[in-house]
Amino acid sequence: MSITFYVPRDSGALALGAEKVAKTLENEITARKLDAKIIRNGSRGMYWLEPMVEVETPGGRVAYGPVKASDVAALLHGGLAEGRVHPLWLGLTEHLPFLSKQTRLTFARCGITDPVSLDDYRAHDGLKGLQNALTLSRAEIVAQVTESGLRGRGGAGFPTGIKWKTVLDTLAPQKYIVCNADEGDSGTFADRMIMEGDPFVLIEGMAIAGIAVEATKGYIYIRSEYPHAIAVMNEAIEVARKAGVLGASVLGSSYVFDIEVRVGAGAYVCGEETALLESLEGRRGIVRAKPPLPAHKGLFGKPTVINNVISLASVPVIMDRGAAFYKDFGMGRSRGTIPLQIAGNVKYAGLFEAAFGLTLGEIVDDIGGGTATGRPVKAVQVGGPLGAYFPRSLFDTPFDYEAFAAKDGLIGHAGLVVFDDSVDMLKQARFAMEFCAVESCGKCTPCRIGSTRGVEVVDRLSANIEPEKQIAVLTDLCNTMKFGSLCALGGFTPYPVMSALNHFPEDFRPAPIAVAAE
Amino acid sequence: MQSASTDIAARAIGIIDQFKGKEGPLLPILHELQGEFGYVPQETLPLIAHALNISRAEVHGVFSFYHDYRDHPAGRHVLKLCRAEACQSMGSDALADRARQLLGIDWHGTTTDGAVTLEPVYCLGLCACAPAAMLDGEVIGRLDAERLDEIAAEVRL
Repeated sequence: MSITFYVPRDSGALALGAEKVAKTLENEITARKLDAKIIRNGSRGMYWLEPMVEVETPGGRVAYGPVKASDVAALLHGGLAEGRVHPLWLGLTEHLPFLSKQTRLTFARCGITDPVSLDDYRAHDGLKGLQNALTLSRAEIVAQVTESGLRGRGGAGFPTGIKWKTVLDTLAPQKYIVCNADEGDSGTFADRMIMEGDPFVLIEGMAIAGIAVEATKGYIYIRSEYPHAIAVMNEAIEVARKAGVLGASVLGSSYVFDIEVRVGAGAYVCGEETALLESLEGRRGIVRAKPPLPAHKGLFGKPTVINNVISLASVPVIMDRGAAFYKDFGMGRSRGTIPLQIAGNVKYAGLFEAAFGLTLGEIVDDIGGGTATGRPVKAVQVGGPLGAYFPRSLFDTPFDYEAFAAKDGLIGHAGLVVFDDSVDMLKQARFAMEFCAVESCGKCTPCRIGSTRGVEVVDRLSANIEPEKQIAVLTDLCNTMKFGSLCALGGFTPYPVMSALNHFPEDFRPAPIAVAAE
Repeated sequence: MQSASTDIAARAIGIIDQFKGKEGPLLPILHELQGEFGYVPQETLPLIAHALNISRAEVHGVFSFYHDYRDHPAGRHVLKLCRAEACQSMGSDALADRARQLLGIDWHGTTTDGAVTLEPVYCLGLCACAPAAMLDGEVIGRLDAERLDEIAAEVRL
């Protein structure tokens, strides 16, 4: 019987040596004349175990990890092909607690299937959502998405169905679906993982969106920092075209829909939807004033659905299992599941998809296992570089759009970056301002100038020059940026700055220089 | 004999013609030019402007807005070190200081022997295996001082 091995092609696994592992395994298979093949799957999202090699056994897939190229020969000798016990043996993959505790809806196939095999995708419930959508009217599809409670997973949390309805109701000869894959927030990698691990789910979600709002063309704007995601996405689009999932007749229907990948050029602000549209049109990534909304006048002035990768990739499961099924997960107005990305200084770093409602403490201490360094957790930045730093005293905050907003934070794209007690929060506040200054598009004054002044004020503060006065100026400056900026870059930079200042005041009031005591 | 600049122009026009029919062709053209030459030769900007019927200032504006595009060649190797928060939490600041010291250059600088260009990058999506880096397009996770020293030696060979 032929043996099937799995070695991920996910960039996280590649960054830890998966390519060498795959090559070595291939050589060993040839040398040992084994009847075996290697599937380059996506990652299961347990990065402390990457590169994680799996083997198919009658009882299910068995995992080994983290595997180094130099381990491969010994692993094979020890019975890797039969899933036998070895020091790197982890047991049945599905039984690993980090995986078995998750609710994988959007990431159901990620790490399981061959990302570019459409047969594999179909065999794991792929395209069922699109098939269902083809039996419904446009308005019925939009109603399902609205009813599911799905909100924009890029961070803004705007109801996806309402956005779609606006585009559906706007008549125009040409409409567009734009997928925002400019995942620039530090601590986030869900978009990258799904594009590298299950690209067809994004293609399916975009096709459903196209059918729902009468758009025939989709663009995926992927950041240039993600070369592997770009390659896998392009490969999958080509496969989908050949199989008739995309093109002049979507799955044999009368609907037309095609997708093209566009690559960003290293501008963080292009993750803001209107700057992204400008960039797609071939201009500087300068934020547009709203209104008009992109749903009315978006790409090339045409009605445009612009959604984050995860929002679009969550649509197929909703159309397959129904709005009620999806809505059943979650809490309050945050329905469904959210792929938590647990990152930074944390023991068990990875992607954990769960219904909304876990507390920050459960995520960081129980699931993440505390810090990688073993020191106490001091702060967790939630929601990327524009997200607030949470202290331990707020660890009871449930992961939910409104609950985080109530604590002057945001869940953003659901990235969590853990810091141990060696972090200097004044330095983090300075970085937030510095980052905003580097990445500001320059259109509005509070962001463009405020961020530079912010760096200067924090520098005076760290030099202990009239600290109380600097704190007052910094607070005032943050207030101006928050309410006076055109987009979230200038508007949300105050979140990390003010949360650092409010929750960790000791780092902002350096001990008086001990001259007098000498 | 063909001069170097007419050769650049001819290759650039080929690329521009290939992409100018696309919707919003400017970024794809600039990417392709940089892929072809390793940088965007400034003499190609008027050619783009002419082909797309926009002003040279507009092309320059776009070229200069994006961090990715260079107006001169990089070193033989390009080392990108992530400076964002997740990597900071795992000690990337100290690694960045070490890299600058080892190579004797600051951010965006190229060593005098032309071996390597050092660039900051704000997130490679490798936040669960920080600190992260990218060497000539190859991703590197859990970078440490030892690996950094190896890289600094390798790129100078």
